[in-house]
Amino acid sequence: MRTEPVLQVQALVKRYGGKTAVDGLDLVARAGVTAVLGPNGAGKTTTVETCEGYRKPDSGTVRVLGLDPVRQSGELRPRIGVMLQSGGVYSGARADEMLRHVARLHAHPLDVDALIERLGLDSCGRTTYRRLSGGQQQRLALAMAVVGRPELVFLDEPTAGLDPQARRATWDLIRDLRSDGVSVILTTHYMDEAEQLADDVAIIDAGRVIAQGSPEELCRGGAENTLRFTGRPGLDVGSLLKALPADCTAAELTPGSYRVVGKVDPQLLATVTSWCAQHGVMPDRISVERHTLEDVFLELTGKELRA
Amino acid sequence: MTAVGTGSGTGTYVPKPGAAPLPRMIAAQAALETKMLLRNGEQLLLTVVIPTLLLVLFSSVDIVDTGSGEAVDFLAPGILALAVMSTAFTGQAIATGFERRYGVLKRLASSPLPRWGLMTAKTVSVLVTEVLQIALLTGIAFALGWSPHGNPLAVLLLLLLGTAAFSGLGLLMAGTLKAEATLAAANLVFLLLLVGGGVIVPLDKFPSGAQDVLGLLPVSALSDGLRDVLQHGAGTPWGDLGILAVWAVVGLAAAGRWFRWE
Repeated sequence: MRTEPVLQVQALVKRYGGKTAVDGLDLVARAGVTAVLGPNGAGKTTTVETCEGYRKPDSGTVRVLGLDPVRQSGELRPRIGVMLQSGGVYSGARADEMLRHVARLHAHPLDVDALIERLGLDSCGRTTYRRLSGGQQQRLALAMAVVGRPELVFLDEPTAGLDPQARRATWDLIRDLRSDGVSVILTTHYMDEAEQLADDVAIIDAGRVIAQGSPEELCRGGAENTLRFTGRPGLDVGSLLKALPADCTAAELTPGSYRVVGKVDPQLLATVTSWCAQHGVMPDRISVERHTLEDVFLELTGKELRA
Repeated sequence: MTAVGTGSGTGTYVPKPGAAPLPRMIAAQAALETKMLLRNGEQLLLTVVIPTLLLVLFSSVDIVDTGSGEAVDFLAPGILALAVMSTAFTGQAIATGFERRYGVLKRLASSPLPRWGLMTAKTVSVLVTEVLQIALLTGIAFALGWSPHGNPLAVLLLLLLGTAAFSGLGLLMAGTLKAEATLAAANLVFLLLLVGGGVIVPLDKFPSGAQDVLGLLPVSALSDGLRDVLQHGAGTPWGDLGILAVWAVVGLAAAGRWFRWE
C-alpha cells in the first residue's frame, strides 16, 4: 500500500456570503478508509466537495492524490469516484443504462453486469430513476462511484436511509474496495459505520478537525471508562477506594450494585477482582463499559441540537 | 473488463483508472442525451407533435391568410424554424434545467468527461434530433405539395446559426433560473414566439411598429430567412443571418459567463 497521503488539506477556508463553512481546516488522509464525522453544518460536505473539485478554496491548499482538484481536474477526475448525497442521474434513465454510461466514460471499467448483480440493482428492471426506491437510488450512486476502477472513492453518507441488508451490502463492498487497495473517504452520521469500516476517523466541528485517529485511539483517549459489578449490598467502598489508583472513584449506586470510574485497564480489573477475593465477594455481572465512538463524538461536539 | 467477486481481496477492484478516449465519451454522452429526449413524452409533444399538427392543420385548413401561393410553401419554412426552436431552445432549456436541479450536471462534472465535452455532446444531441425532425417535417410537407427552391447551403447555414442562437438562450435560461421557472418560461416563450415570430402568422399582419421589433427575434429571423430562400428562391439572406449571429454570440457568451452547474 502506498504511504503518501491520498488527501492533504491545509488551512482550508471556505465562506458562503458572510458565513464561514470551513475555517482553517487541516486534514491528512492516508490509504485505507477514512471516515469524516461531524454534526450537520460542521463543514463535512463543503470539505469533501472542495476535494472533489466542485468548490474553489477561499484560502488554503488541497491536494488529492497529489493533484490540485481545480487546476489539475482533468488529470484527477478519471482517478476518483464520487457518490453524491443524492441525485446525479437522469430522471428518465434506467439504473443499468446510467451505470453502463458511466462505465463507458472510463478506460478500464468493472464488469457492469456483475456489479449490478452484486448490488442487487437487477431488481430495478426497466424502472426509470425517478421511480426507484431510495435504497435503489443510493446503491446505483455507489455503483457509479466505483465502476471506473478509481484509486480513491468519495462516499457522502452512502448508507443514509438504507435497510439493514442494503447497509451490509454497502459495508461489504467498502471492505472489498479497501482490501483491493482503493482508498475511501466516507462521510457518515452513523458511528457504528465509522467504527466498523474506518482505519482513521476525523471529527469535524465548526469548520475544523477537532479530533483524528483510529477508532480505538479515539475511544481510548480522552474520557474515563466505567467498570461495574454486583455483589452483596453494603460492601466497604472506602476500603475498595484505597486499593484503587488515586484518580479512580467508586460508589454503590443501588444496594449491591457498584461502579468504578477511572482508567480501566487490565491492572485495574485485577485490582478490583483481587479486592473482591480478599473480602469474600463474588463479583457477579462484572462488566467493562468502553467508550463508544458515539460517546467520544458527543463529548467533543456537545449534545445540543444543530441546525 | 474484470469479473466482480464477492469475497474480500479478490482483486476485482484493484485500481485501474483512466478516461475513455474523448470521441468515445462524447459519442456516449450524445447518445444518452438523445435517448433521454426521445423517451420524454413532453419533449416529443414539443418537438414532434406540435410542429407536425401545425403544419398539417394550417396547410389544409384556411385559418390564417398566408398570402399568395400554396399555404404549405409559406408554412413549411416557418415550421422548420419552429422545430429548431423547440429542440435547441425549449427542449434543451427544460432538460438541462432539470439535469442541473437533480445533480446530473454536478455528477458528470466529476466524471472523466470534460465540461466542454458535455456541452459538445448536448449540441450533437440537438443536431441529431433536428435532423430527425427535419426529415419528418419535410416528408410531410412534400406530401402536402410543398415545392421548395433555393440554395441548400444557405438553408443549412440558417439552421446552424439558428441552432447556435437558440442553444445559447436555452442554456442561459437553464443555467441561471430554477428548474421550475425554466420550465414555465421556456414554454411561455415558445408559445409567444410561435404566435409573434412569423412562424404561422405572417409578420405583416402585425402593426408596422411591432413588425420592426418582432423581425429582430431569432425565430423571426430564422423563419424569414428560410422563407426567402425556400419560398422565393432568394440568395443568401445576410440580414437574417446577421441577426441570428448576434443572438448566437450574445446568448452563448452570456451562457458561458453566467451558467451555474448546480
